Amino acid sequence: MDKNKTELLRFTTAGSVDDGKSTLIGRLLYDSKSIFQDQLDAVERSSKSKGFDYIDLSLLTDGLKSEREQGITIDVAYRYFATPKRKFIIADTPGHIQYTRNMVTGASTANLAIILIDARKGMLEQTHRHSFIASLLGIPHALVCINKMDLVNYDRGVYNKIISDFKAFSSKLDIKDIQYVPISALNGDNVVNRSKNMPWYEGSTLLYHLENVHISSDYNQIDCRFPVQTVIRPHTKEHQDYRGFAGRIDGGIFKVGDKIKTLPSGFTSKIKSIYSHNTELNEAYIPMSVNIILEDEIDISRGDMIVRENNIPNVSQDIELLVTWMNQNPLIERKKVIIKHTTNECVAVVRELKYKININTLHRIENIDSIQLNDIARISLRTSKPLFFDSYKKNRMTGSLILIDEQTNETIGAGMIINK
Amino acid sequence: MVNYTIDHLRELESEAIFVIREIASQFENPALLFSGGKDSIILTHLAKKAFYPAKIPFPLIHIDTGHNFPETIKFRDDLVNELGLNLIVGLVQESIDKGLVKEETGLEASRNFLQITTLLETLEVNKIDGAMGGARRDEEKARAKERFFSHRDEFGQWDPKNQRPELWNLFNGRKNYGEHFRVFPISNWTEMDVWEYIKLENIELPSLYFSHKRDCIVRDNVILAHSNFITVKENEVVQELIVRFRTCGDMPITGAIKSKASTIDDIIQEVATTRTTERGGRADDKRAETAMEDRKKQGYF
Repeated sequence: MDKNKTELLRFTTAGSVDDGKSTLIGRLLYDSKSIFQDQLDAVERSSKSKGFDYIDLSLLTDGLKSEREQGITIDVAYRYFATPKRKFIIADTPGHIQYTRNMVTGASTANLAIILIDARKGMLEQTHRHSFIASLLGIPHALVCINKMDLVNYDRGVYNKIISDFKAFSSKLDIKDIQYVPISALNGDNVVNRSKNMPWYEGSTLLYHLENVHISSDYNQIDCRFPVQTVIRPHTKEHQDYRGFAGRIDGGIFKVGDKIKTLPSGFTSKIKSIYSHNTELNEAYIPMSVNIILEDEIDISRGDMIVRENNIPNVSQDIELLVTWMNQNPLIERKKVIIKHTTNECVAVVRELKYKININTLHRIENIDSIQLNDIARISLRTSKPLFFDSYKKNRMTGSLILIDEQTNETIGAGMIINK
Repeated sequence: MVNYTIDHLRELESEAIFVIREIASQFENPALLFSGGKDSIILTHLAKKAFYPAKIPFPLIHIDTGHNFPETIKFRDDLVNELGLNLIVGLVQESIDKGLVKEETGLEASRNFLQITTLLETLEVNKIDGAMGGARRDEEKARAKERFFSHRDEFGQWDPKNQRPELWNLFNGRKNYGEHFRVFPISNWTEMDVWEYIKLENIELPSLYFSHKRDCIVRDNVILAHSNFITVKENEVVQELIVRFRTCGDMPITGAIKSKASTIDDIIQEVATTRTTERGGRADDKRAETAMEDRKKQGYF
């Protein structure tokens, strides 16, 4: 499409006070020249007024008054930096268990997770938690950064021990690509520049990983899915009969001439043309927003899905899912909720609460009667109309949904579908 | 092998178009808040692409403080004509005349804060339930916490500590009667992305953004355009400088930078090497560390 294209990589970080997360982000932003002088001046002023004798880079990421007062990250903060190779979006999230929902939110759109381990402390409960959330949310790449290597004399043995501990633990996870880097965020070792202090480490720097990790094959490019957002009908002289189905590709590669089926009607047709604005395309794929025009006049509206004729998703009113609960009011059986899935919306009732997962040990907790804020649990739903979905493992877009409270309209849960 | 990925600008464009189409689908009465600045110009461009070949299916709203650069107003009117759109103008002067707000006094008086009342009233009178704006998360620390779909209560207030979680590309625009949403389709864009996109798409901008000669005064290290809306203090001198503007707010509060950048390429070069944020010249942000968060809570853009 464009020459010299630079890809977008979204990654997430999670961390608690003192594990060096803010320092690492500060380092990446600073070394890639993404912090401006006036931002640095402001942080320096605030650091001084708090009586610190160092520049507290976490003040850069903690944007709300209440966060700065308490010195903690509460909400997800998005940070941006770019190198000539890629543009990066960091979803910077708090790491404490009470903010599980924020970690889940940050992880939902990430291509990669940075998991920070303090070299002095090794694997902690929060390491398990962050890794599990990355796995659960289907993040394909994890970069395990063993930080504060300067405080363990850049010792190779310490690094190897942590890696073997992590490997033992991660066999339970579902992350397809895990890489390890020994770093010192404070001194910059192996962050942007190679460390002279760890000649035994022959791998790449953290930034090199971020710039080169292969992400295009992470998307489902097999199963064609096109949820219709809206129908474009200009009714003008030049475009008398134009009827474009507008939406974003959620899976597969749609080509002009493809035989398609529309859901829920089941009608079949062929793709006549694909447009991006006024440019006619031969094909369209994730994550392009396009208009698709069909050969035949078929009644299609928002919430419907266009798929390839011989490759249709699950169509069902019974949904099995893992849910992260995001609300103060607990979830109980028989609660009625509103579901948003792709561009579709419907009512659903909670059929069964099956078990909760202890996110530190991954153990199941059976026989539950409610699900509390920040819990992750397996439940089943019955929806008021059929949804067209894939399992979350197969497709993060068509396999995810959110639960909305009927009365308050708040988003109360995030669901990952596990039906085959 | 064919590599099925798209350039980061095209991905940001696609994300913004997706969000704009969601706004049009989820709200009964959406509108685009148009300031005349580059971000709202880009937003209008993206809206045009989102619905092409149909027209943009919502009006533009401009909150006119009466202290605008004349270039902004002309640009706005030309754009609305070209796209055949409906323009709604909310006049701060009217809010003052009605006695809803009181004009600030003193040498550094500004109508920036008064806009909030006019904005909320304009949204209410026109029953707007989804107002999209061109704010970006990289602009300012309170904005870094904004959602794409940002809920406002019946008083137009933002509650940053109680925001709805926003996952995947599932945007929840459900609300009770009288409440509304602010939606920010270009949340994930940086200043550099905006300029590169302007170049890529060849988007026309007001002349203010390019280097020009102008009568200015320097106040607290900020270069301000000399105009009828500004009172020159005793120790200040009006001087002709070669400047351009990085943002485009009211004349009395928008700082210029000394610049010879007269083309998009010059500006991209300048943005790549500059060491201050674009809102660094905005007097309205300098009133307190939390000036933006405080105004946003009350209903600011």
